[in-house]
Order: sequence, then C-alpha cells, then structure tokens
Amino acid sequence: MTLRLVVIGAGMASGRALEHLFEMGGDYEVTLFGAEPRGNYNRIMLSPVLSGESTFEEIVTHTADWYAQHGVTTRFGERVEEIDRQNKVVKAAGGDVVYDKLLIATGSDPFIIPVPGKDLAGVMSYRDLDDVELMKSYAARPGAKAVVIGGGLLGLEAAAGLRLRGMEVTVIHLAGHLMERQLDPAAGLLLKQELQSRGITVLTEANTAELRGTDHVEAVLLKSGQMIETDMVCMAAGIRPASGLGRTIGLECNRGIIVDDQMRTSDPDILAVGECVEHQGQVFGLVAPLYDQAKVVAQTLLGAEAAFVAPQISTKLKVTGVDLFSAGDFAEGADREEIVFTDPTQHVYKRLILENEQIVGVVMYGDTVDGPWFLDKIASGEPVGAARDTLIFGPNFVETEDTAPPSTTPVTTAVYAERSSVAA
Amino acid sequence: MASPVQTTCAYCGVGCGVVMHPTDKGGFVAKGDESHPANFGRLCSKGSALGDTLELDGRLLHPMIGERVAPWDTALDLIADKFTQAIAEHGPDSVAFYVSGQLLTEDYYVANKLMKGYIGSANIDTNSRLCMASSVAGHKRAFGEDIVPNTYEDLEEADLVVMVGSNLAWCHPVLHQRVMAGGAKTVTIDPRRTMTAESSDMHLPLAPGSDVILWRGLMGYLKEHGHYDSGFAQHLSGLDAAAPAPSIAEVAEASGMSVNQVAEFYALWASTPKVVTIYSQGVNQATDGTDKVNAILDCHLATGRIGRPGSGPFSVTGQPNAMGGREVGGLANMLAAHLDIENADHRTAVQDFWQSPAIAQKPGLRAVDMFRACASGQIKALWVMHTNPAVSLPEADAVRDAIANVPFVVVSDIEDRTDTTVLADVRLPALAWGEKSGTVTNSERRISRQRPFLPAPGAAKPDWWHMAEVGKRMGWEDAFNWQTEAEIFDEYARMTALSTQFGKRLDVTALADVDYETLAPVMWPVGGPERLLNDGQFPAGKGKILAPEPKEQPRPRFRLNTGRIRDHWHTMTRTSRSSKLSLHIAEPFVEVHPNDAKALGVTPAGLVRLSTKHGEMIARALVTDRGRPGELFAPIHWTAQTASAGRVDALVPGATDPISGQPASKSAAVEIEALKPAWFGFAVSVAKPAPEALYWARARTTKGWQVELAGTEPPEDWVEAARSLFGADTAQPIVVEDRTRGIVRVAFVEEGRLIGALFTAPDPVALSRGHVRNLLGEGNAAHALAGRPDAGLPDPGPTVCACFGVGLNTILDAISGGAVTVDAVGAALKAGTNCGACRPEIAALLPEQSIAAE
Repeated sequence: MTLRLVVIGAGMASGRALEHLFEMGGDYEVTLFGAEPRGNYNRIMLSPVLSGESTFEEIVTHTADWYAQHGVTTRFGERVEEIDRQNKVVKAAGGDVVYDKLLIATGSDPFIIPVPGKDLAGVMSYRDLDDVELMKSYAARPGAKAVVIGGGLLGLEAAAGLRLRGMEVTVIHLAGHLMERQLDPAAGLLLKQELQSRGITVLTEANTAELRGTDHVEAVLLKSGQMIETDMVCMAAGIRPASGLGRTIGLECNRGIIVDDQMRTSDPDILAVGECVEHQGQVFGLVAPLYDQAKVVAQTLLGAEAAFVAPQISTKLKVTGVDLFSAGDFAEGADREEIVFTDPTQHVYKRLILENEQIVGVVMYGDTVDGPWFLDKIASGEPVGAARDTLIFGPNFVETEDTAPPSTTPVTTAVYAERSSVAA
Repeated sequence: MASPVQTTCAYCGVGCGVVMHPTDKGGFVAKGDESHPANFGRLCSKGSALGDTLELDGRLLHPMIGERVAPWDTALDLIADKFTQAIAEHGPDSVAFYVSGQLLTEDYYVANKLMKGYIGSANIDTNSRLCMASSVAGHKRAFGEDIVPNTYEDLEEADLVVMVGSNLAWCHPVLHQRVMAGGAKTVTIDPRRTMTAESSDMHLPLAPGSDVILWRGLMGYLKEHGHYDSGFAQHLSGLDAAAPAPSIAEVAEASGMSVNQVAEFYALWASTPKVVTIYSQGVNQATDGTDKVNAILDCHLATGRIGRPGSGPFSVTGQPNAMGGREVGGLANMLAAHLDIENADHRTAVQDFWQSPAIAQKPGLRAVDMFRACASGQIKALWVMHTNPAVSLPEADAVRDAIANVPFVVVSDIEDRTDTTVLADVRLPALAWGEKSGTVTNSERRISRQRPFLPAPGAAKPDWWHMAEVGKRMGWEDAFNWQTEAEIFDEYARMTALSTQFGKRLDVTALADVDYETLAPVMWPVGGPERLLNDGQFPAGKGKILAPEPKEQPRPRFRLNTGRIRDHWHTMTRTSRSSKLSLHIAEPFVEVHPNDAKALGVTPAGLVRLSTKHGEMIARALVTDRGRPGELFAPIHWTAQTASAGRVDALVPGATDPISGQPASKSAAVEIEALKPAWFGFAVSVAKPAPEALYWARARTTKGWQVELAGTEPPEDWVEAARSLFGADTAQPIVVEDRTRGIVRVAFVEEGRLIGALFTAPDPVALSRGHVRNLLGEGNAAHALAGRPDAGLPDPGPTVCACFGVGLNTILDAISGGAVTVDAVGAALKAGTNCGACRPEIAALLPEQSIAAE
C-alpha cells in the first residue's frame, strides 16, 4: 500500500532526502510544500548568483520534470502554519493534505538583530533567491552603498558579491576577527586584509546600535558612535533553526526540533531533517551533515536501519580568490599542540591542531589544496608519527610508504561544504 | 681571450703542473699540465677547483694600519721604524719572522737574507716546521744534507710501496694515483683505516707512536735474514754498532698488532728490493718524529735501497714550497743553500756572498719557541707572512694571545680576515697564487715556475717586494734593490755554488742565466743525476745508521690524532671559496669509535666537546670504527672564521721533537664529552651568514652559504634570530613552528626568491641539505621549509574542484585516461560531485576537438 508522505520545506536537505527515497525504491506518494515560490535549488550557490558568477538556472537541483517523473505533488509558495497531528492532516491555504508520514525540513531563519530600525525598508537578510534579487536591485544603482552586518561565512560572501557588483561595502563584525567560529585570529586577520584589498571596509569589534532612516534605511550607527551612511543593510548575523512549526504543533523542541538518531521527532510519524533539527544538542548549518541526515531520513522512511552520526565537517568560503579551509576543533588547550605555518609573502597561513599525536583541527588560508587530506586525517584519527616534521606541507612532503595524492586518498566521511554560520 | 698559462698548483708538495685556461665568462678553469713530470696531466679535486677560488671577496687589497687604509710608503716606513727601533733597543733577537711554505722561493730567499744577513738574527722560522722539520732533521742526521733521494717515477717503478703515516689518497692524491697506476703492491701503516688504507693491499693498524719499534724490528729482521747490502755498507757508518733490534714478538706487543701481521710485512719488505717507503705527517709530527724518520732511513740505507729506480725512502711534503723554503734557509737552524748555521765556515761564506753587515751566529727560535718568546715579551716586533699560526700552531689559544702580546705585529696575507690578521697592527696585501710570480720546489726536488695569469688586485704587491722595501728603509738599499723576482732567483741560483763548495748536492747554478719566464720544470742538482745517494756520495761522508731507541708511548684514555680531509687544505682560506670543495665535509668533526660513543653517550651526528688544559673544540661526532677505541681523529682545517670552536690546535700541547722542533700534533691526550645542546640548526643563505651560537660551522655552497648550528638556549624570537643570521633586514619571514617539539623553520624571501632558510630542532636537524641548498635564490620558498623534495607526486596544478581539492592537472590526467564527461570525471575523482560549482570548468576541459570530430 502506497503511503502518503508530506514534506514541508523544499530546501537542500529535503531535496536530497527525496532523491535517496526514490533511489532506494521507496513507495510513497509525496506532497512537497515550499514557502518559496520555486522548487529545490542549491542554496550554497546563491553567492555566485549574487556576484554574477552564476545564474539561478545553473543552481536549480530539481526541475519540474523531475517532480513529475517521481509523482511529487508540489505546493510551492504555500507556507504551512498548522498541522492536525491527531488526524494526520497538514492544513494549507491551497487545501489540506493527509499524511502517513510527515517530514519537516523548514530549514533556518536568519537571525535579525533586535536593534531599532531593523524593520526599515532596505534592511534584508541573506537566505533565498528573493534576498539575492533585492540586493542586486540595490547594487544596480550607481554609487550605491551597502552595510553587511556579520563577518561570518554568509556575510562575507554577501559582501564580496556586492562589492563585485560595484557597491561600496562595509562589513560590521562583532567579534575580534572575521569568521571567528571557523578561523583563528591570524587567519581572520589575513582574510580581513584580503577583503580590504578588494575595497571592502571591514570593522571588527563593531557593535550595531541602531539603523537610522525615516522609511528607508539611511545609516548604521555603531555603539562606538561611528555613523556609516548606506543605501541597504544585509543582516547576516547567523541563523536560527526554523523550529516554529514544530513548536506550534507540540513537538519536543529545544533550539531546534529534537530528533533521534533515526531523525524521528517526539511524534514517531513525524521526521525532521536539516537546519531545523537539533541532534544530541547540536544544530547544523553546513551541508555535509544535512546530506547525511537526508540519507538517514530516507532509510528510516523505508524501515531500514540507519543512524545519523554528526560527521567531521570542514568549512570553505565561497568567495572567488579567497582560499580558506577549516575543519575540526582548533581551540587552544592544555593538551593541544599546534604546528603553524605563516607565509606573508604569499598570504598563506596554516595551522594544524594536534592532540595525542592526532590532528584534531586545521585552519588554512591562502593555500587550501591539502585541506581535504587534513580533513581525512582528522576523520581517521591516525597518529601523525614521524611525518610530523613535514606534515603541514601536505601529502607530497610526507615520507610514508603509502604516500598518495589527495585525490586518491579514501575520503570517507567528508563532504565538503559550506553554507552558513550557525548562530551563537 | 688570453692564452692558457702554465703554472704550478697552489696546494700540496706534489707540485703538479696546472694549465689555467681562460673561460668566455672571464674566469679560468684549471687543467692538469700533461707536460709536467709531477702529474702528467692529472689533478686532484682541490687542483681541479682552483678556478673556483679566484674571486676577490674577502681579499686584503690595501695596506692597513689598524683599520685604516694606509699608503704603501707609510706602512713600510712604520714597519722599518718599528723593527729598527726594537733592534736598537733590545737587540736583533727581539724581532722575528714567521713565514710559510706557501711563500715562493724568491720571497723566502729575501726573508732569510734580511733576517740572517742584515738584521743579524736567525729568528725566522716557517710553518714547514709543523710539517717537514723531522724529515729535514732525519735527512741531515743520516745523509748530512736535507736530500730526498728519489723521484716520483720510482712510485711507478716500485714493486712495493709502503705508506707510513700518510693518507696519500686524500693528502697527495696525484701521487696516490701514480702509485695505484704503477701496480705496486701497497701497504699502509697507520692507526686509522684511512682511505689510503682502504685502497691498500695490506693495512697495518699499528698503535699510535709505535713506528720506531716497528722499523727497528724490520732492521733486525733484515739483518737476521741477510738482506743487508754488503756492497753499500762501505758507504755507511753505525751499521755494526747498532743496538740490538726488538723481536717480532716484542714489536707485535708494542704495536698492538699480531705477530703474523708484523712478520708478513717484514717478509714482504725484505723480499722486495724495489720498495719505496713514503712517509708524511704521521711520522713527522711526533716527539720522536726524527727518530721515526731515521728508523725508516736505516732500513733503506742498510739494504742499499736508496736513490735507486723503484727503491728509496720518500718524504712527501704538505706545502707547495716547503722544499724551496728549506733550500734558501727558511728554517731557523739553516742557512741559505743548505748550509749550516752552526758551521763558522758556512756562516762566513754566506756573509761574504751577501756582503752583509752581519750573519746570524746561532740557530734562531723555532716555531713553538718563537711564540713562547712572543708570550714572554722577548719579541718586540713580529712579521707573519702567509700563514695562520693562531690556528695552526699547538696551544693555539696561547699562540693567539702571544701574538696579541707582541708590541708590533705585521701580517702579510691575501685575506682580509683570518684568525691571525685580526691580531695585526699592520696588514700588508700580498699577491695570491695566480697573481704572483716565482718558483717552487716540489717533493722530488723539482723546481717549477708559478706564473701569474691574473692582474695584481688593488694595491697588493709580492711578498719579496714587501721585505725588500723594508730592507731598503732599514738602511740596506743596495742589498735589496731587485726589480724583478727573476733577479732574486738569479742571485739565489748563483749562491748555490756555496753548497757544492762544501760538499752538498743542492746545485741550481746552471739556472742563473736561463730565461726565467720560460723555465721548464727541472730537478736539482741541475745537470746532475735525478736520483741521489745511490752512489754512496753522502754529504756527511758516510750515510749514518742511527738505530734510534724506541720510546715508551703514553697511553691516555683518549688520544687525538689530527689531519687533513680530502677537499680542504690548511686553514681553508682558498679551498673554502669553492663550493665543490666545501661540501664534501662541511663542518669540523671528531671520529669516535662506536664503543667509546656508547660509553660516552655520544650519538651519531651529535656534538662532542674535546678539551685539554690548553683549550677546547666542539665538533660533530662521526661514529666510526676507522680508529680503535680510545683513538680520536679531528681535521685541522677549521678556524674561528669558519667555525665557532673548530680549531683543533687549541687542544694540542706544544710538545715538540727535541731534535727537529716539530710539534707533536697527533698525540694530544684529551677529554671528550657528549654535548647536549638545547637546539640544533641548519641554515642556508645567499649572503654570508653571521652566526652566533655555541656551535656553528659555515661553508660555501654553489648558491651561497650554509651553516650548521647548535646552542644551549633557544633565542627568544627565532624569526629575529634568523633575520640577524641572514642580515635580512627587510625581507619577509615564512615560518613553520611546532612549538611543543621545539621545531622552528624560518625562510626569508626577497622579490619572490629564497634568500635564507633556517631549520631548528631539539635533535640534529635531519633534512635533505643538498635539496635545500639548491633552492636558494629560487621561488616557492615555502616548500623549501619542508626540507625535502616532494614525494615525486605529480603536481596537481591549480585547484579546480575546491570541495575535493582536485587540481587541473589531475583532471586533465583523468580525461586523457578516458573520463570524457563531467560525470565520468566526477566518478573518477569526485571532482564536481559536491557543490558542483566547478562542473562548468570541468566541462571546459573536455576534449572539444574529439567531440567536433564525431
């Protein structure tokens, strides 16, 4: 008997989950709700679309043909606000849908910092294609200025994209260095210098006090008293799991919708996947674990045994010409040892963090070609041993019998990607 | 382009003919002179690299008074005044010359004439004292004159060549080649298993210092087995009076060898009439060095195996003109033309010939004593020429201090900074090999021309001119008024008539009127037989058998042998200019037997400190069983200019042979300890690095310099320490630091090129030094800090797929391997299978032409 699956949210996680489901021969009649008026696309690639290096068409992952082929009923542009768990009915403006299984994949919401003026026109987040289109419209004005609040992955991608479109861009960042979750201060400084060399003004330790303007934003006032005139403000100060729907319908929630290893919520017929979930206290912002979750979700729906384990993840910044890679844990600690490479002549910085003779973290700036190899070492936990002297120079300089180029190293756990900045 | 110039090698006493060929780059390349009888075209590594040593960096180019450049007149007037004043106030013996086997015969002649005939003292001695004095004394005791009776041809004529205390393969390589080419059976007698020993048919590893008893034992064996030459005995004295010789068993006991080893050698020597015994510093540099020489000569005399084709004793000298110096009286106990200072008739003859106001009445101070007299205050004015006694004399620290103690010191040299020039009040710039002109005499008595092929640089002048000008200024205008070195040679050649007049064999008179410029290599006695003494015509009347008594050898726990290495010569002022020569062995080392190393905690490539009450040395440990337990070996070449504490003679006590005055350089009793520095380092630099550390040793490389380093405490800031080492004031540092392990690597880059790299570690730095040296001046400085070549893996090229770190070249390889779609590339490499951003780039790499062809 064909079961009815309703999916709420048409992002990268649900798209991948459906692929797995159909690949594994799942016999479900699927209805797919999406708040955006379009189907699944590669959200990671919005930055190249913003900068003009890609078009939207190039980043669409699932076409109308694909949905038709797999019998997916699409309900794009409809936001689901209510679910009758008792009767297993999803209430929607375009008509209710009964489900046997429900998959919540509502993703995340941008964090809008609660400052006066946050609701002025010209203040936007950076989450979807609409945001991109809006930013592009400002960028099209000659001599237009932009302020990006937040110097994390997303904010910097936005800043770089806007700068490429010719805007005068200022990044306002609260912490002492850019991307403090992914970079150490040294790499953050190099990144700041790089962005400044591209004409982006970067203010660190800068705290936004107020957005000024009558109807439309006109300036950003910092707590330091500094005033920055602007035509638009992009809030990229992090994301929050979009767990509102789950909360509303009484699912157990914390920061996100709490799921078990099989991606089930507190209601066994409701599963959740992606940035909206919380798994063992952890919430997610990068695509690699989402993809792993998607696979588990598909398996659970098929009754197969599967368990999600948060993978070793790495971060890359999708700004053309900025090579940046970080993975693992690079906090300092009593048991931590580090190997640091700095080359100001080539703007290269690398830092390996070791614990018990194993690599536990890596930060690379300027030359990231060996990043996946290091990530593999972090994942495998193999002792660095005698290779330590030249370890930081990568596989080509490590003297081992089985030295092999990174492309042939079995990279088992890593899917490298990118997006986001899990909010603090 | 200029024509090639025939000259004679600057280095050892083999005296090889060299032809310097100009190159189209303005330099010269050295080739062996095929017409020269010393080498017939052969050259060793040092001679072959002569063209690399001609640069002027570091040269002394102007007379210097203190640190001020002075006109020649000022400097020469000052020297003349100071020497005249010292003589007037303290007598002729208050001044001294310390000269060198690197002076040409003409220079030597002038020095000797000035000191012995005009100043009236015999306080002129030479660094040949460190090298040849025991052989000279032995020759004189046995023959009545300092004569090497044989020729190099005899090395090829011989059926047996015995090398005693001579690492001929490294120190006289061309002679070693001639021995090997001649096909004689070879025996090496040396405590160490040297390269010479390795290439010999037999190695006798005798206990250090047991030479005399070994050769006395052979004498007894020869007598016992009837090998004395009864016909030749009439020319000898002392043959019958000789003390009883030790038995083979006694020899074996004393020399630490087996009875069989000793007996086999004796039988071989006894049964081979055509035997040449080559000996060198292992014989000479001992407190019983002269006795060792005579113990060898005794055997050759008793068997008549002397001055005959393929047989004779053969002293080989270490310096290019030690022999020439001996001929003109360069030693404190000799007069010119092989005449004897103790002989009143000889003194009168010399004074008459010179028409000089004075003549030295007694032997002067020999090298070790000369510097003791400097220390005691007896010497008021000292002139050092072309040698580096602050390094090369025993008790070198005390010698250094003694030179500093002399009120007025002149040093003539080609180098601006040596351990000795830094002590001088006045420095005179001399001409170097290739610039100067004159003659040298090699180990087979062959006189050859050194001809200039380079112009005199700066204000540099020949040594003879320095001394002649001072002589003139001291009031002896007529006696020192030569215009050319040819005039000096002419005067010397005529003077050798005195030699034959007194029954000696040195005779160069035939060269008095020859064309000096085109003078071909010629042996003395000129016009006489090539081989001497085979006719029984000994200058002393009869050849004397000395039958020296073996002396008990001290047996210290650690005994330090010293010597040369293959590619360096003396204190490296010339050889260190060549990167080829500098890299064979780039730092001072001490050979330590594995058993000792274990007991001392010495690790291979660790550092050791040697010490005596005279001083200390720090060097790299070379753990090897070349020597026996308790026997150490260290090279002589390192100075304060090339290493922090590599002067081996700082350790060596000033004990000398009582007859020859030659220091015993190979038998210091030393303490040894393993040194445990906090850090080790290795650096390469384009500019000459200025190290400051407990241990450092600096050497030339093809592209700059390298330094080995070690220190007790790591510097506060490695980057600043490296910056100071390289003098890289403005360059940017690339740094790799593994702080917990104490590993820091710093490279400096200027205009994209590597100008210096420092590698430090808590243990001896293990990296590919050759690889790192070659990266100097190249780009990609960051990879230099890996310290090793990459694994030979293909360069992946610029990254295309950032997610999986897949490079352009890797993708192109996959495409050419059959992955002709983006998905196929993804299947093979994962490239483009994650975020997909690179898929268009991958598509663009696909072979369009093949698609177009379909």
